[in-house]
Parts: sequence; structure tokens; C-alpha cells
Amino acid sequence: MVKKEMIAMLLAGGQGSRLGVLTSKVAKPAVAFGGKYRIIDFPLSNCINSGVDTVGVLTQYQPLRLNSHIGIGIPWDLDRNIGGVTVLPPYERLSSSEWYTGTANAIYQNLEYMESYRPEYVLILSGDHIYKMDYEIMLDFHKESGAEVTIAVMPVPMEEAGRFGIMTVDERNRILKFEEKPACPQSNLASMGIYIFNWKTLKRALLTMAGQPALDFGKHIIPYCHRKGTPMYAYEFTGYWKDVGTLQSYWEANMELIDIVPEFNLYEEYWKVYTKSEIQPPQYFSCDSVVERSIIGEGTDVFGKVYNSVIGCGVTIGKDTVVRDSIIMNNTQIGNQCELYKAIVAEEVRLGNHVRLGIGEEAENDTAPHIYNRGIVTVGERSVIPNGITVGKNSVIFGVTTGADYQDCALPGGKTLIKAGEQL
Amino acid sequence: MRAIGIILAGGNNRRMGELSRNRAVCAMPVAGSYRSIDFTLSNMSNSHIQRVAVLTQYNASSLNEHLSSSKWWDFGRKQGGLYTFTPVVTAQNSNWYRGTADAIFQNLNFLKNSHEPYVVLASGDGVYKLDFNKMLAYHIEKKADITVACREMEEGANLERFGTIRMNEESRIEEFEEKPLRAKSNVISCGIYILRRRQLIEMVEKCAEEDRYDFVRDILIRYKDVRRIFGYQLRDYWRNIASVEDYYGTNMDFLKPEVRNYFFKQYPDIYSRVDDLAPAKYNVGARVRNSLISSGCIVNGLAENSVIFKKSYIGNNCCVKNSIILNDVYIGDNTCIENCIVESHSTIRADSHYVGEGGHIRIVLERNERYTM
Repeated sequence: MVKKEMIAMLLAGGQGSRLGVLTSKVAKPAVAFGGKYRIIDFPLSNCINSGVDTVGVLTQYQPLRLNSHIGIGIPWDLDRNIGGVTVLPPYERLSSSEWYTGTANAIYQNLEYMESYRPEYVLILSGDHIYKMDYEIMLDFHKESGAEVTIAVMPVPMEEAGRFGIMTVDERNRILKFEEKPACPQSNLASMGIYIFNWKTLKRALLTMAGQPALDFGKHIIPYCHRKGTPMYAYEFTGYWKDVGTLQSYWEANMELIDIVPEFNLYEEYWKVYTKSEIQPPQYFSCDSVVERSIIGEGTDVFGKVYNSVIGCGVTIGKDTVVRDSIIMNNTQIGNQCELYKAIVAEEVRLGNHVRLGIGEEAENDTAPHIYNRGIVTVGERSVIPNGITVGKNSVIFGVTTGADYQDCALPGGKTLIKAGEQL
Repeated sequence: MRAIGIILAGGNNRRMGELSRNRAVCAMPVAGSYRSIDFTLSNMSNSHIQRVAVLTQYNASSLNEHLSSSKWWDFGRKQGGLYTFTPVVTAQNSNWYRGTADAIFQNLNFLKNSHEPYVVLASGDGVYKLDFNKMLAYHIEKKADITVACREMEEGANLERFGTIRMNEESRIEEFEEKPLRAKSNVISCGIYILRRRQLIEMVEKCAEEDRYDFVRDILIRYKDVRRIFGYQLRDYWRNIASVEDYYGTNMDFLKPEVRNYFFKQYPDIYSRVDDLAPAKYNVGARVRNSLISSGCIVNGLAENSVIFKKSYIGNNCCVKNSIILNDVYIGDNTCIENCIVESHSTIRADSHYVGEGGHIRIVLERNERYTM
């Protein structure tokens, strides 16, 4: 008989539109992070390190990269005879068929998957945060406190509290009040989007609320449970947790990894982060290369100079090229004598020779200043930039570009050049 | 492919000195991220051989650990698999493997229970890429009984530790000398053979009856005039690890762009066990020149013309030159290492000095206490 004490449901269907062209072709959880990882590696590794060996991954937006990354779960030891990882896309039914319209709706549409494991508890996770957390300890807290719903929370600065779901708790951490993005927050305990539900409680709530359009945990299920007087507790987490929802926070979280002893340490033996590694050879540095304050993935060849950067696997950095404060993802080729300042270059990009990114004065982005700001230059995956192009700050390039796309071999600051794929 | 694979990984080798004290030669780390047996295993996997046996007896724990899961080479299948055979005591037998042919004889059931018509028999210490399908096609075309992969060495190379071969114009082997003092030919055997499975069973059984134990001496050399034994020339990179100099040289070869390109960038890939290490990290003061660095390393000092294996730590102000640093080595601050091979898991104190002098490669093995952060 199949039975699991706790199974995890990992919400990985979101687009993450505030990452701009980085998520034009891939779902946010599949975006590269920290050189060799993808964002989803962190919650998946947490699951297996916490002893949760049954994980349903709910996908919807651009799932190809995510599917091939997860495969049958080998890198995380989630290839199990019973349980393991299952990718759960939306599907057609006899009477109806609909996309996942909200976080809770996605879970609702997979009631049968969860039922088949007869769990006591269901752990709801989202696939877009960087953190290490032992869900088993959270489960112990859940059992001890007698909760039916436990929400992981962490203290945030009071002035930012308005961006989160905020809990007010009593001295035993029982949740007295829950407000989604409150105008004047009464507490600074923010929901991390990590929940443990008693399976029966979750099932009842989902079935009762099923008719609600765009059924969402924060907006509907948690308030519903609160109204019903369900015992809900807040589990306070004080470790490193980072939402990488914007280009700015994504860039910062990557840069934090190169500190001497980073707050988020990838070198710890007892809580490893696993990922699918296709590239295994060591990195090569030529005679006149320079590298300082950087982390670099497998199989990368460096012939130029790299400072303060996070470089993925299988990257080539040409001779006399300078890369500074930048993020370069897997399999990107950078030519000779290029200059990159505060650039985020996605996977499999080709930069010619003498390409300069992040040059000149700050200029506000013309299409999406709320996404492309702080001087970051963003280059989408599989883009091509020909020889001798200069690109200003806050600009975006996506697609195969040729010399004819640039005026005087330059893209001024704040301009957007998107030639392929869907515009965000 | 219509063949099974047998990898001979048993041997110890005195020429490897202290390096093989802790592990079989096949488990020697090579090229930063690999072990020497990965090359043969990957070649077999890439040639679609599905059933592979590794015969091992000397100091096998490090090798066994490396082979603990077959999934990295894609042998974890319902059809086929990766088998590790060490000598066992049975009602009929209580001997160690007394030679390569004996090792096969003691595991004859593996051969008898297979149904593939051919066997690829290879030693596990070679660094090369080879499509066994092409070699098998050649074997069939030549109507050979045994095909031996061989390679022409440079004039004047020291061939004392190889088997040398002389072939006639249609590549049939006429002479085979094992480890000659003065070689008559500069073509050597690479220790890779293809033959029919039934033929191998028959020959090995015959050997055992006559108390003969060695595949080369008692099968190849003895049968060379009565059976059709052909040489198959390898023309790309091939080197085996049989002495400290070879080991050092093979690793240093990977600093050459053409060798890296051949093994790392060209199809097919070489696979190894995945260790889940973080990306390599370079702090302030790191200087790396003409070197290979593997994942999990933390570099604070200088590395020049060196190969640094996985998970090593190079302290502040260190200077590592022309050296090979094996897995999980900790090098304290202000240390200088030149022309050395530093054995894995070594901990080298701060302010120390190790230099291999007079063209000699010094092997460094230090088991000091390590204080981890």
C-alpha cells in the first residue's frame, strides 16, 4: 500500500515577468542561478535533504527547459520506485479543461495526485526562492503546536512589509490576523509562501472554495481557513531567504555568493544543493587570464579578465576581454577584447569581438523601466551580438541581431532591441 | 552493440609508487574531474555496450566507491548493467585472480550467461576515445579471431613496459613481445581486444586446464600463429597510466588546447560520477595561469601550469607551479609547491615548501590535522 507522511507540491508554473527577457523562453524556476544551478534546485534540494521524497512539480508557463532539467529526478535522488518527482501540467478533462488560474487552483486540479499517496500532510512550496530550509523541523513544529495549517514566515523590514502577506501572531505563534499586502502593516512577519497543511484541512478548503475564480492561497485559502477558525501557526525562519523576483534582486543575490564567506554558503557539506550537471570537465585559465572575486562553473575557458562575477558552465571568455560585476549563464561565448559591466547575459549567447556592454550614462529604459533599471544590461538567451557593438546601461537585447540593427554600431542606454520570441 | 564489455581493473603497479598505495590505478584521478576508468566506461557506453563487468582485486575500495552507481555512464538499465567482480571464495576456488585470464575464468558465468556474440576486453587505465563499433566492423571485415588495438609510438620512445607488435602488410600480427628490453617494433598493444564470446570462453577454459593465467602471454602470444590475430591502429590520442611520469604527463597534456578540445568539446563526451560540488571560487589574491581548476575548489593564491582536482583549497599567498593537486587537498597560507603531485586528502601546513628537483616529480602526502572553517 502506498502511503507517505508528507508530500510536497512545488508551484513552478509562474512566468516571473519582472525578470524581463530572462523568462521570455523559460519559466522563472528554470532560470540559472549561482553559476551552475537553476532556481528550482534550491527547493528540490531542500525537499530531499529534509527527507521529503515525493514532489509534484506544477508547471504551466514555458515548461520545456524545466521538464528536461527535472527529468526523472536523478540529480536530486528523486528517481524513486514509489513517489519521487512528478511533473504535473494542466490537463483536459471530460467536462472542462482550464489552465492553472491561481496557486491554489493548480493544487486543486491535482487532488487526485495527492490522494494517491494518502498523505497526512502536504507541503506547498514555490519554485522561485533561494534558501536552505529543513522542512522536517517545520513539520515537527506543525505537529507540536497542534496546527492544521503552518505558514513559514520571516521578519522583513517594516517599510517593505506592505509587499508581502503579513501575519500578526500571539506569544505561541498562533496566527491572529492575516493580511495580504496591507497598506498599514501591524507586524513585520511576512509569509514566505511555504505552507504545511493537514491533508484533510487542505482538501476540505480546496473543495469548498473550488468555484472561486483564480483561486489563490494568500488571497482565498488562508483567509478561508482563518474565517473557519482553523488552528494556524506561524513558523519563524531566520536563515537566508531571498526572493529573486526582480532583475535587481536576482543580480544582488548572485553577487552575494562571491563574498569571502557568503551568507548563503554553497560549500557546506551537510546541506548540499544538487543540480543536473551536463558539463563535467574542469575550467581552464590561459597564461594571461585574470580572475578575482568570482565563482565559475565547470568547463569554462577563461582567456580574459574576470572580476566580481558569477560565470556558469561551458562559457568561453575571449582574450583581453574584461568581465566585471556580471552574470554569465551556461554555454555563452564571448569574443575577444569585449568589455562587460554589470551585465546579465543569459544562456547560449554569442558575443562577437569588441562588444561593449554597460557603457555610458544611466538612462531610463524606454519600454519597461520598472524591470530594466539600476544600470543592468540584460541579454536574453540565444541572442547574438555582432562585432564592435557598444550597448548603454539599462538596455535589453534579445534575439539574433546583426550590424543593421544598430545605428553607428551602438545601442544607446535605455533602449530595447527585441528581435525574436515573445515580447514580455 | 552486439558485444559485452569486460574491463580489467585489477592490477597494482609498482611504477605508480605511493600513488597506488591507496587505490587501484583505474581509480586514479585524471584531468581534473575524471578517474582513469571513466574513459573506458564512457567509450563502452557511447558504443552502446549495455553489459559491462569490471574485474578488480587490488585496493578496490576507491574504485568501488566510484562505481557505486552505474547511472553516470548510463548502465543502470533493465537490459544490461554494470557489474563489479572481486575474487570470491567458492567450493571450487579460493584463489585471488592469478592473472588476467584467470580473472576472466573465475567469472566465466558472466560470459556464459550473456547472449551477445562478441566481447570487448579492455584495461581500465587508458585515456582515449574509441568507437568500439568501428573496431568490431574491422574485426568482422578481417575475419579475425582476435583484434588488438595498437598504436604506433614515436621513434625512440621507451617501450619497456608495453607489449610490442609486428604486423604484416594486411595488419595480421606476426610477432608479439611482452615488455621487451629492446623493442623490435614501435607499435604497441593498447590492451584493448575484441573477440567472439565463445572463443574467449573456450580459450580461457583451456588455459585454466593447463594452469596458465595470463591473457597476453598464454593466449595472444601462444595463439598468434594458429589464430588470425589482427592489429587495429588507433590514430588519435591514447595514453595509459602506468608510471608516475605517465600520470604526470597525461594530466599535463590536458593543458594543451588540442587535447582539451578533443576530450571535452568534441562528441562524444566522457562521463564521470557527479559529485554535486559548488562552482569553483576565486577570492582576492587569486592568480591562475595556464591551469585547470575543478569544481568545489577555493583559490586564494597562485596556480600556474597546474592541474587542480576537485574540492581543493589553496590558501593566501600560495604558489603552486607545474604541479598536480589531487582531490580535497588543503594547502595552508604562504606555501610553495613546485613539480609535485599532492596526494588526495592531504593537508599541507602553512609556510611549507615542497619542490621536486632535478626533473623529478615529488609525491607529497601529508596527513596533518585540518581545521575546517
